[in-house]
Amino acid sequence: MFEEKVLQKIKADKEKWEQGLLAKSLSRSPEAKPVFTTISGTPVERLYTPLDVDGVDYERDLGYPGTFPFTRGVQPTMYRGRYWTMRQYAGFGDAKSTNERYRYLLDQGQTGLSVAFHLPTQAGYDSDHPLSMGEVGKVGVAIDHIDDMRLLFDRIPLDKVTTSMTMNAPAGVLLAMYLAIAKEQGVPWEKVGGTVQNDVLKEIICRGQYIYPPRHTMRLTVDLIEFCQKFVPKWNTISISGYHIREAGSTAAQEMAFTLADGIAYTQACMERGMDVDSFAPRLSFFFNAFTNVLEEVAKFRAGRRYWAKVMRDRFKAKDPRSMMLRYHVQTGGVTLTAQQPLNNIVRVALQTYATALGGGQSLHTNSYDEALCLPTQQAVTVALRTQQIVAEESGATDSIDPLAGSYYVENMTNRIEAEVDEYIKKIDAMGGTLTAIEQGYIQKEIQNSAYRFQKEIESRERVYVGINKYTMEEPPPTGLLRVDMAVGEKKAAALKEYRAKRDNAKWKAALDKLREVSATSENVLPYVIEAVTAKATVGEICDVWRNIYGEYRPKEFV
Amino acid sequence: MAGKIKMIMAKPGLDGHDRGAKLLARVCAEAGMEVVYTGLRQTPEMIVAAAEQEDADVVGLSSLSGVHNYFFPKVVELMKQKGLNDVLLVGGGIIPEEDYDFLKKSGMNAIFGPGTPTTEIVDFIRTNVRKR
Repeated sequence: MFEEKVLQKIKADKEKWEQGLLAKSLSRSPEAKPVFTTISGTPVERLYTPLDVDGVDYERDLGYPGTFPFTRGVQPTMYRGRYWTMRQYAGFGDAKSTNERYRYLLDQGQTGLSVAFHLPTQAGYDSDHPLSMGEVGKVGVAIDHIDDMRLLFDRIPLDKVTTSMTMNAPAGVLLAMYLAIAKEQGVPWEKVGGTVQNDVLKEIICRGQYIYPPRHTMRLTVDLIEFCQKFVPKWNTISISGYHIREAGSTAAQEMAFTLADGIAYTQACMERGMDVDSFAPRLSFFFNAFTNVLEEVAKFRAGRRYWAKVMRDRFKAKDPRSMMLRYHVQTGGVTLTAQQPLNNIVRVALQTYATALGGGQSLHTNSYDEALCLPTQQAVTVALRTQQIVAEESGATDSIDPLAGSYYVENMTNRIEAEVDEYIKKIDAMGGTLTAIEQGYIQKEIQNSAYRFQKEIESRERVYVGINKYTMEEPPPTGLLRVDMAVGEKKAAALKEYRAKRDNAKWKAALDKLREVSATSENVLPYVIEAVTAKATVGEICDVWRNIYGEYRPKEFV
Repeated sequence: MAGKIKMIMAKPGLDGHDRGAKLLARVCAEAGMEVVYTGLRQTPEMIVAAAEQEDADVVGLSSLSGVHNYFFPKVVELMKQKGLNDVLLVGGGIIPEEDYDFLKKSGMNAIFGPGTPTTEIVDFIRTNVRKR
């Protein structure tokens, strides 16, 4: 970015400063520690100057918003046109109570929905399955069948909101229900917008809501992508997620690297299916974490955008610029929250929101300050949403696009993270690809080692965590936490019995038989899943069809 | 004390958050214990069977999905049925402090919340585990 002559002078002057004023100052009062590092453990220099961005070519490496390599953002106007979508992940109890929460959030100015399903639905079990005991309605809403889904979206027009569903191995089943409800509401599928997570690889890596073995579960993922490409063109067919990788302990660069490695695996699988890269890649979306170190997070997002653009153009020969855009949702860091002095979490979330805004995210969930204790209360959810609104409308972070560009620090960190991502991707390629790296436990071990390093730093007080290892205090135990009634489980089980008794048995059986037949072939299963849910098959029944054909994944544990 | 402390680290229910369980398994192993991590989706029956089979001195239960009040007492009950009365039972995860009393009354020996130093957990186990 600078001429050689200018750099020479800066180099000389910097040395003079180091040997003169700085050396004198250090001899009088040394710095607080010998090495400064980000929360990811990356060393941070005392001072960044033009010397640290030597080699950056503005036009090539940064460019303009909405143009390759998208370092500065994926849209030409970014938040000057429209803020990111404020999308709070919510769901608990039964469909009726969650529907009430959704309508409350929409009334408060939230602009999109994000469904948290309870674990039985995520793992493909009905609420009355033995493994569902104790879990019904706990961390999300209990959805067993299409009648639940209809209730969940009662009085919410599906052509006016977009909905994100955190659903992975059974993603097709829940999407099928959503599309069936849209049809009932008279909304054509071309107008339906939203996202299913559908990212089964990261379930195997770290989130744990897997059902089928890797290569079989990938087939269902690709079926959904292919189906939407044809019939639901505005749907984000997958949300390739680094969020949980970071939560499991990875560094910022590992989060980006392993997520993009998963993205490469999905892209390859779709192309092996015979799809043209530009027919599906524009609908691939991503999901990242935001921690409290604003500068490192901003650099991570910028590095990710630039690297993905190059992967899509150079490796997969995409032609459509939309195929090269890293569009992503962000959630603030759940693991950064403390149960101690929980109100401090509001500050952490505010900084993480600021990082998301400066980093150019497309949608955001802000965590509630009480989430290290329980599911969020209504008051905490409201503060979390207001945090986004304050950052968007008061802070000024949204007025100019990619405002930290050109910071010697941020550009240097962006380059550094991109180089680390590239190193990981090359290593994974050499191992034989992402699936092999996962099967060998390589990715899992890298994440666990980072988690271990971080824990040691906290316990040795090398790294400060307010309320945990510094500025601690005695507090009364928190009260007024949100509780989910255990009776939800019993009520759901009874309702399921009635649901199964009342449905047209012949129609139900025929639909499941057909699905079973097709699932054993290479034909796309999605149309048959839609028929099955319409014929009142439950989530558990459909997932069982696939369990019987594909088997179940049982991981080796890499501790 | 002769011999290594044997520990089962378990994840009851469908919760997939096992960063803490794996981390603690590693810390306890480095502290000289023999640790078996069960992996995810364990029923109380599976956990107790593992404890019995491994002749465990300690069983660690990790829960972050709000199911502790359901699962932990079930494990305690099954342990008693099997006559495994002197096995130390410790739990951790996202567990509100107001539940600690209930869980301890049900037979859990200790509950460790978020932010607990792992050294505190290791010390607790060493101090309170049965003598071999």
